[in-house]
Amino acid sequence: MVEPPPLPIDGPRLPGPRSRVWRQWLLIGFVVIFLTLVLLLPALNIFVQAFRGGLNGFLTALTNPPFLHAAGLTLMAAAIAVLLNTIFGLAAAVAIAHHQFPGRTLLISIIDLPFSISPVVAGLMLVLLYGKNGWFGPWLEGHQIKVIFALPGIIMATVFVTMPFIAREVMPALEENGTEQEQAALTLGATPWQTFWRVTLPSIRWSLLYSLILCNARAMGEFGAVAVVSGNIIGKTQTLPLYVWEAYVGYDTQAAYSAAVLLACLAFITLIAKHFVGRWAGMRHKSH
Amino acid sequence: MAKTFQNLVSTLITRLGSLGRLSWPWRITWLYLTVVLLLPIAALVLRASSLDLKDIWAIATNPVALSAYNVTFTTGLSAAMINGLAGVVIAWVLVRYEFPGRRLLDAAIDLPFAIPTAVAGLTLSTIYSDAGWIGSWLAPLGIKVSFTRLGVMVAMIFISLPFVVRTVQSVLQMLEVETEEAAWLLGASDWQTFRRVLLPPLMPAILTGVAQGFSRAVGEYGSVVIISGNIPFRDLIAPVLIYQHLEEFDYTGATVIGTVLLLISLAILVVINLLQALGHRYG
Repeated sequence: MVEPPPLPIDGPRLPGPRSRVWRQWLLIGFVVIFLTLVLLLPALNIFVQAFRGGLNGFLTALTNPPFLHAAGLTLMAAAIAVLLNTIFGLAAAVAIAHHQFPGRTLLISIIDLPFSISPVVAGLMLVLLYGKNGWFGPWLEGHQIKVIFALPGIIMATVFVTMPFIAREVMPALEENGTEQEQAALTLGATPWQTFWRVTLPSIRWSLLYSLILCNARAMGEFGAVAVVSGNIIGKTQTLPLYVWEAYVGYDTQAAYSAAVLLACLAFITLIAKHFVGRWAGMRHKSH
Repeated sequence: MAKTFQNLVSTLITRLGSLGRLSWPWRITWLYLTVVLLLPIAALVLRASSLDLKDIWAIATNPVALSAYNVTFTTGLSAAMINGLAGVVIAWVLVRYEFPGRRLLDAAIDLPFAIPTAVAGLTLSTIYSDAGWIGSWLAPLGIKVSFTRLGVMVAMIFISLPFVVRTVQSVLQMLEVETEEAAWLLGASDWQTFRRVLLPPLMPAILTGVAQGFSRAVGEYGSVVIISGNIPFRDLIAPVLIYQHLEEFDYTGATVIGTVLLLISLAILVVINLLQALGHRYG
């Protein structure tokens, strides 16, 4: 047996040897350099590039009609996709959270699937389903309904990739709350709908808001799945991320970065909102 | 044959009947899952299974496709490993040390999840190009990043950075400093303390984060298509190859490679779930 060194008298906190202080600053230095190269400089670069042509260049790029159309389309598609996913997320959370049944873990894994599937593969699936040669293609064509290369396809692609966000955030919040309050409401004569609206929903409002913020950020920024189904028709089915790409490929750096700066601002607002809402929702100690 | 069919129909009818008895949340959940998720997956799988096995094999093992898997998976794995190592250090520094700017860095970790991938690809390809802020330092050394495989790796590191940091951070916050101090008092060296006391409880979290990051990296399209040159045998990744097939209306090619990618993502998902189960048992 090795003889343990004698215990220090003044409490358990050990002032580390000098080498530890060195190591601490070495590690902090590494982290700062790594994050600067990978995260901070790229983020800063978006703003520098957007305003390199002065405020005028930036503003001219933002009044360009294809840009305005792309921004409007992105807002609309994201709004509809987030709304649909909210209905699904709440329904799934209410259905699953308080019930134990065989296959529960499997069902939750299935809900998580879109996070593991490449967005391009998701887009491909929709093309095989609703495209000209797809399952529903002939029927849709017969009824003059366009899904692929049109708004419904963009919404479906966005819905697919952002599906798990709300369900997976609200479910644990509901589980934590328990069912006593709902049961009290039901016993006092409230209908299930009243109970949901007045008891369940208020109790999970912060988790819901938190997941809405994340879902929206992903919905507005989705690129791969939307690129496959939208056809990227300027002024028609071009969303903001596709506009950025097209401008970059066409060497219109000013236009690319002007649109990128808006999307980056959206990202910063998302991070700030996420920080505060996460704190209010008491999620600081939870892993994400 | 007719009898089997009749049985099938009657089972289906009873199933549908029980669907009618389900509560509203269940009905919405199943309907939504079917329309949004299961139907599209079925479309891909059935389309693939309707193809001739010989054709599938020929397309799936075409040299361009093989090199695309190779680029996707080796680059994705390198990015995941780098994030695994850097992520542990970042999580450690953010949890254990106090320094100016710590909270800002902590908040910045989530940036890759919030920033659209097209924007990430755009700014990374500018910065790491020969004339860019970082690329112009690397160019004299003969290192080209943008429009090469190295660029693909940088994009993959960017988009999958938060996974390991966040999974490790949450475990590290729960570990008590006292355990390390006890090990140290009992005569363990720093390295021994790290290997024997810190690493075992962190390992499931590290592996889960690496697997999640790898899964995201191999499926990534937006940032990679912009920073990559997309040249076959050099820096063309599998998702871009699918996109190129679709652009040429080669649905068969896209279906086969899409199915390969889908099966691999499902396999990674199973591994992640096993790792998480392991983490719950030993965590």
